[in-house]
Amino acid sequence: MLLDPLFGPFLEFAFMRRALVGCLALSLAAPPLGVFLVLRRLSLIGDALGHAILPGVALGATLGGLSLAAMSVGGIAAGLVIVLLAGLAARGTGLREDASLAGFYLVALALGVAIVSAGGTGVDLMDLLFGAVLGVDDGALLFMASVATLTLVALAVMWRPLVAETFDPGFLRHAGGGGAAWHLLFLALVVLNLVAAFHALGTLMAVGLMMLPATGARFWSGTVGGQVAAAVVTAMAASVAGLLVSFHADVPSGPAIVLAAGVLWAGGLLAGPQGSLLRRWISRPHLAA
Amino acid sequence: MFARRSLLAAPMLALPFGARDAHALDPRPSVASFSILADFLREIGGPLLAIESIVGPEADAHAFQPAPSDAQKLARARFVVLNGLGFEGWMPRLIRASGFRGREIVASRGVATITSKGHSHGHGHSHGHDEADPHIWQDPRRAITMVRNIADGLAAADREAAEAYRMGAQRYIAELQALDTWVEQQFASIPRARRRVVTSHDAFAYFGARYGIDFLSPQGISTRSEPSAQQIARLVQQLRRERIGAIFIEAGASPRVLEQVAAESGARIGGKLFSDALSVPDGPAPTYLAMIRHNTRMIVEALAG
Repeated sequence: MLLDPLFGPFLEFAFMRRALVGCLALSLAAPPLGVFLVLRRLSLIGDALGHAILPGVALGATLGGLSLAAMSVGGIAAGLVIVLLAGLAARGTGLREDASLAGFYLVALALGVAIVSAGGTGVDLMDLLFGAVLGVDDGALLFMASVATLTLVALAVMWRPLVAETFDPGFLRHAGGGGAAWHLLFLALVVLNLVAAFHALGTLMAVGLMMLPATGARFWSGTVGGQVAAAVVTAMAASVAGLLVSFHADVPSGPAIVLAAGVLWAGGLLAGPQGSLLRRWISRPHLAA
Repeated sequence: MFARRSLLAAPMLALPFGARDAHALDPRPSVASFSILADFLREIGGPLLAIESIVGPEADAHAFQPAPSDAQKLARARFVVLNGLGFEGWMPRLIRASGFRGREIVASRGVATITSKGHSHGHGHSHGHDEADPHIWQDPRRAITMVRNIADGLAAADREAAEAYRMGAQRYIAELQALDTWVEQQFASIPRARRRVVTSHDAFAYFGARYGIDFLSPQGISTRSEPSAQQIARLVQQLRRERIGAIFIEAGASPRVLEQVAAESGARIGGKLFSDALSVPDGPAPTYLAMIRHNTRMIVEALAG
């Protein structure tokens, strides 16, 4: 009886179970990528890429209707094109990669909105921007689970070079390890996860489940592995809490999940065991990690 | 306001055409805020009017973003027809910004309204709370009043063609009355208690009030809000409890959430209902008459089956 508010919604309603499974799948794969983005000082790239997939999704939806496959293929293609273009522009001109990405993603966002408005039939901009966690169907669920699996396998394979490239970009270059290739592969994974998250949370909120747990993770652990674990646990907790809040307090589900992640992030920032405000205040004399 | 408008219209009346044969004049550029009003204008004015609609077929007037070309349409126009009741909230600003100097006709004037509320579920919405529901055209009887308003507005501003507008309106009103009777007959065989339907958008309150149908909805009055898990859960419970047989996905709103609700409750997904916009010309609802007939057939089929 006491546990009913916690388990009841998921036991009684299949749409709650689907939303939960979808969000848990996203929570498994996206936050580790977010941790690496934070460590590589590319936190805002998630945001940029989240918007960059919009024109592809819009084009896919305009050409192929509201089909999962069309929108996914379009979104992944657009995201990869933007990543490659931004990388090329940065290498070719000396413009910092984040700056050139900022330029490309703004153009992409505007292009996406223009395509949706011009297409007219059937595609709802609000739906693309905010998604529908409660409308996750079998296809979307399967897609999210596949992306999560692929991401985890890929991360396991590229863990060492990725860590090396993150903390010492010069090392791999000198050792002939192909640093740029790992970087591109990593960004491709980010795009893939954003497209998967888009189906549940829309392009605006998809980044929330990737970045918020990741930025909070450094307050919980000092090691990369620890931060990845902390980010995954935070994201899962935020998914469950957000869906329950949405159920009990009548708040839209997507924002509820991202807000829950925000609350956990703020909690870590204030009182986490590693370098949080509380920690620093207690042990002012010596520098925290 | 009114006096100034008639003064503005006066030079137009004195145009040196002799005002003999209205049909000999060029069609008057006219603008309707959305496709259904454009259809009313077409029925009333026919060849006398060159009609443009700002929100076109199958487009959502709630989330509409005016473009410069829309202001241009207005700047050229002699008449503009809008629904009012806050349905096209962007319209008054657009009219002011465009430098429009013709006659503004508010079709909803004098129409009895229903206060919009989230009547499918007990809680209130933060938006559209105590405001009149603007979707008045869904009731053919109210549509008749709208047609009268439009025809009166046209006739007052364009005296030389007044008689043509009145005749056009009269003929069309007869058709609307026949439509109203036809819809009533369609529902006659279905018991009142079974007339319970779910759509993705609260746009059918007037249709429901006229023909005794309860429209329940998982979303609020606007197409903009994302539903919460609680709203969806309540709807599923309601569908199960009240054994509602059909859910309708309305043109323009997200169908994905409703598909989940249908799978969950065992209810059938009915066809597409048209509420705020007509279909494209080769679609099922290219005119207002066709739209009401199409919606009626869809609902009757679902409730009877």
